[in-house]
Amino acid sequence: MFVLGCGRSPKKALVICVAGSTSVQPYAEKLAEEYMRRHKEVRIDIQGGGSSAGVYAAKQGAADLGASSRELVETERDLLEIPIAYDGIAIIVNWRNSLENLSLPQIRLIYQGKITDWAELGLPPHPIHLITREEGSGTRNAFEELVMGKEAEITAAALVQDSNGAVREIVANDPYALGYISMGLVEPRVRAVAVDGVLPTRENVKNRNYKLVRRFLLVARELKPGPCQDFVNFILSPQGQGLLEAEGLVGVVD
Amino acid sequence: MKKEAFIERVLLFLALSSISTLLLITVFIFLEGLPLMAHVGLKKFLLSSHWAPTKGHFGILAMIISSILVTLGAMVLGVPLGLACAIVLAEFSPEKVKTLLKPTLELLAGIPSVVYGFLGVVWLVPLIRDHLGGPGLSLLAGAIILGIMILPTIISISIDALSAVPDLYRDGSIALGATEWQTVRRVVLPAARSGIITAIILGMGRAVGETMAVIMVAGNALKIPHSILDPVRTLTSNIALELAYASGRHREALFATGIVLFVIIVILNLTATFITRRR
Repeated sequence: MFVLGCGRSPKKALVICVAGSTSVQPYAEKLAEEYMRRHKEVRIDIQGGGSSAGVYAAKQGAADLGASSRELVETERDLLEIPIAYDGIAIIVNWRNSLENLSLPQIRLIYQGKITDWAELGLPPHPIHLITREEGSGTRNAFEELVMGKEAEITAAALVQDSNGAVREIVANDPYALGYISMGLVEPRVRAVAVDGVLPTRENVKNRNYKLVRRFLLVARELKPGPCQDFVNFILSPQGQGLLEAEGLVGVVD
Repeated sequence: MKKEAFIERVLLFLALSSISTLLLITVFIFLEGLPLMAHVGLKKFLLSSHWAPTKGHFGILAMIISSILVTLGAMVLGVPLGLACAIVLAEFSPEKVKTLLKPTLELLAGIPSVVYGFLGVVWLVPLIRDHLGGPGLSLLAGAIILGIMILPTIISISIDALSAVPDLYRDGSIALGATEWQTVRRVVLPAARSGIITAIILGMGRAVGETMAVIMVAGNALKIPHSILDPVRTLTSNIALELAYASGRHREALFATGIVLFVIIVILNLTATFITRRR
């Protein structure tokens, strides 16, 4: 495992170090940018490395805040956890595709390669062009946890793309494609289908009716009053949450 | 004289430093990748096609097969086209046409591979999907894009090889009553053989090693392809796709993939040297 952490120079006492999930990273950067614009004396370093590495860094004290896009496991429960946003994973099809709804088991069977034709889903027969993300991706990780479970594995026949954008681009152009992306990135050329009859809307994510939802967490050993606490307060403030909502996430605070 | 010796030393040092870079890279790749090969077992690593590195399955057979097929496809397309182009430019074109076309072809080599990939995604992939079926992102798309990408390499080295054949050979052949085409086929091409083989091998090396464009158009699926319309993942794509988040055994497995790639390239080059020397 990589060991993350920020070098501390004695001159700049007001450095906040955030490390972890690459899924959270772009949002954390947006928040940090805005926060630093308001508080010129503070510097916030955002590092990637993955959720596990981020939680580990927070536990070791190498980072002030660890960012995680997965839930904490048993051995990590001693950490303070601060949910900052929800991210829904949308199952998307081309806008010309008339599919309305999939059940969770159906999605699992499709991604296991056991349902391979649209006819099995009540549409005109044609092979499904299945798209997934690369091994190690946070979105794939969450998808595997939420949909596939422990046993089922994503079929080797699935196309693999290395970003949400690439998945969306293919689905937007191919009427027979099916993929999954972060809910905030759905646009008119692709359509999010309902999962077990529930559409991935803000409300459904917030009240947890929609099933494919992951939380973005910040974790820390403790939150001492000071810039770190203040940064967290900013994230949970209407401004911070508004920023996250503008980026397509769903806030945790009303 | 002292100055002479000094400059010699400097040049020797510079030459060695470039070679030592190669050595360093080799050592580094092997150090990082070999532990995984030892852990999984070479046979299982090379002959299993089950790749799920975060779940402990490290088989790269499908990617080896895909790399070979994509490269072969590129050769089927690129070699006849490139060679024909080189022959026309070197043997049958007036000087004016040649001075215009050769730099243009070399410009083709300067286009970044991501641009080829983008053109492939926007233009070639939908064409394949709509007219031939499948998802479009496929072995075929990869081979076609690579076939185009290796053209400049094959053409410019072949032209150099053909131009290096002395005009005496051509004159002699024509004087004996051979037609121009007979001269090219029976005299010039055999005389330029080693240069042309070098061109083909270098083109092949480019095809095996190309990454960005292939990731964009080949679909990257982990299955052994059953048709040219199936999506495939090459060895290079595998490394580039997954390295960003990989750690531990997963990372080692990607370096081990690099070792396999390295060995393939070395075998290619040795074969080339062997064929050229045997004349």
